[in-house]
Amino acid sequence: MNKDQKKRKTIIPVGPYHPLQEEPEFFELEVEGERVVKLNIKIGYNHRGIEKLSESKHFDQVTFLVERICGICSTSHPFAYVQAVEDLAGIEIPERAKYIRCIIGELERLHSHLLWLGLAGHFIGYNTLWMWAWKYRETVLDLCEQISGNRNHYAMMRIGGARRDILNKEIDELKKKTATLTSVLNMFKGAVMDDPVIAARTKGIGILTKEQAINYCVVGPTARASGIDIDVRRDSPHNSAYNLVEWNVPVLPDGDVFAKVVVRILEMLESVKIIIQCLDRLKDLKEGEIWNEVRDIPAGEGIGTYEAPRGEVFHYVRSDGGNTPFRHKVRAPSYMNILSNEVAVIGGDIADACITLAAVDPCYCCTDRIQAVENRPACPLRQSSSEASHSSGRKLKYNWEQLLKLSQEKTKRILSIKNQVSK
Amino acid sequence: MENKIKERLGNRVVNWEKKNERRYYIEIKKEDVEEVTQILFKELGLRFSIASGIDTIDNFEILYHFSADNEDKFFSLRVKISKEKPEIHSISKIITAAKWIEREIWELLGINFIGHPGLERLILTEDWPKGVCPLRKDFTNEQRPEKA
Amino acid sequence: MNKGKILSRSIWVFHFCSGSCNNCDIEILDALTPRFDLERFGIKLVGSIKHADCMLVTGMINKKGATRLKFLYDIAPKPLAVVAIGACACSGGIFEPSYYTYGPVDKIIPVDAYIPGCPARPEALIDGIVKVVKKLST
Repeated sequence: MNKDQKKRKTIIPVGPYHPLQEEPEFFELEVEGERVVKLNIKIGYNHRGIEKLSESKHFDQVTFLVERICGICSTSHPFAYVQAVEDLAGIEIPERAKYIRCIIGELERLHSHLLWLGLAGHFIGYNTLWMWAWKYRETVLDLCEQISGNRNHYAMMRIGGARRDILNKEIDELKKKTATLTSVLNMFKGAVMDDPVIAARTKGIGILTKEQAINYCVVGPTARASGIDIDVRRDSPHNSAYNLVEWNVPVLPDGDVFAKVVVRILEMLESVKIIIQCLDRLKDLKEGEIWNEVRDIPAGEGIGTYEAPRGEVFHYVRSDGGNTPFRHKVRAPSYMNILSNEVAVIGGDIADACITLAAVDPCYCCTDRIQAVENRPACPLRQSSSEASHSSGRKLKYNWEQLLKLSQEKTKRILSIKNQVSK
Repeated sequence: MENKIKERLGNRVVNWEKKNERRYYIEIKKEDVEEVTQILFKELGLRFSIASGIDTIDNFEILYHFSADNEDKFFSLRVKISKEKPEIHSISKIITAAKWIEREIWELLGINFIGHPGLERLILTEDWPKGVCPLRKDFTNEQRPEKA
Repeated sequence: MNKGKILSRSIWVFHFCSGSCNNCDIEILDALTPRFDLERFGIKLVGSIKHADCMLVTGMINKKGATRLKFLYDIAPKPLAVVAIGACACSGGIFEPSYYTYGPVDKIIPVDAYIPGCPARPEALIDGIVKVVKKLST
């Protein structure tokens, strides 16, 4: 690279603090003109040392700790963790607990996907969609609150079963409320899938090919939108009720942002189906039989997985026969998915970077910021020496609001072209 | 898949442990790690889920977890690494997705990965003292830097 | 003129998160959306601390975050109301014994109000912010 080329390159830092993602990260977009040529990702801004903390907590306490890995996946992590311990000790759980686990897991998926859909709408300037999605998300949170007593952090998982029961007399009401979501989701399906502007902004954007997806080992909707047919719920239904109810796994081959949106919307409709079937089955089972007593965890090792809204969560637990885990490894789905941004944004337009980075659902948020740095490492969020050296001598033009504006203006531009054509 | 792996790995397997129908732990020598991951990932098409490093007090262990998704099985490669010389060959050339986890194990456990394209800090800050590895069993909170 | 009085209308809020499980952060956003709709009072999230009247801090504040939090507080125009949201920001919460905790918030910068909860509910957030505004404007 000669000197002139180097000068033309601009670095745009995105991050590091994103209020809405489980693993805050710091993207450095290297752009030439409007085109993104390289992406550097830095993570660790939300590191809390949970794996080490877990070694100092009792097996039962760890369920509460892993719940606090991520507020959005706050049932997926305990789900995978209890699966791991049950795998370690060879525990089976009662049928009623299986249904309860699935209900709360699917409610979480609903609220997480609605949250993402809203934010994705915001990124491309479709703020109505944002407000809609978050409005109907409240219905889901109400259901969660009715079942578990809290809007987030449900604490429904327990080694050997579920911690709380769902009362049979409440089931009809819960079912009625859940059923209202179907029409809402169909509305979203129409609002997103038939919208020419959304199609123009997301089709063919940020493509992750199947080959790349396999190489980056992506999971969840990101993988399913790239044509990889994996879903832990279907593939590994041990100690859960997913093999007892009927539902489908939507898979699309395109790998672009549009495919990721569609996969998530279709998944939400499946989730509603699962919840209603589970609630139906609960009625026939006796109340109260929700856990098997577990006294000691023997020495050994176990692996537990669960399909979180973003993909497979993986927990590995080793016990030496004591009260606390000897080692507890946690791998969240975004850990695999975010790295794939390295290839997905390359060659794209800078106005599309916003939605492409958000498409894997690291839950990028509107308060996020990109700081303008002009030839000096004085930006408050970029202090450490190596970060500073990356940017020194290069001029940064955009900040977060400008980038967001850029993205939203592109939508307006497309909109006006569309209008002219139709006239 | 079980038989296929047994056949392809042959005498590279040091210890074959079948925990239950869904979980297999395969111990291999650390020299073979690149070759074996090549076989599992590229030839047999298993999905790399993650690697986990463990300080077992006597030595270090790295488990590479591979998932056979359509069979609901996990095959975990177990590699033991001595405490005197904590190093192993990197597999991130074969599996791009292993890039981050190797960096993480390197900084939290202090195991060196030979041939990794960019072994630098992933999670901890740049000024975190070298040689202080939080996930080692002998780590206590007193060893961490005083000031933020 | 009482500087605090400036804060009593249309507060602009800056949001800082470090080492949180991001549930508090979602609830902050949630408070802006249709059900709670704080925007009708002119409260909005801003992208830069230089524009903010109030800083919401969530999370147990890890090593990477602590230096930045201090820096942000130093460069912010005063008066600035600092609100610690959630159990972690108030006391360290479940992460208090972690090797990477350099918080809670009040160890690093002065805090005007604490809103505990795991996560703090949107109602609690609104109540807390109303209280801090009252405190500052008297």
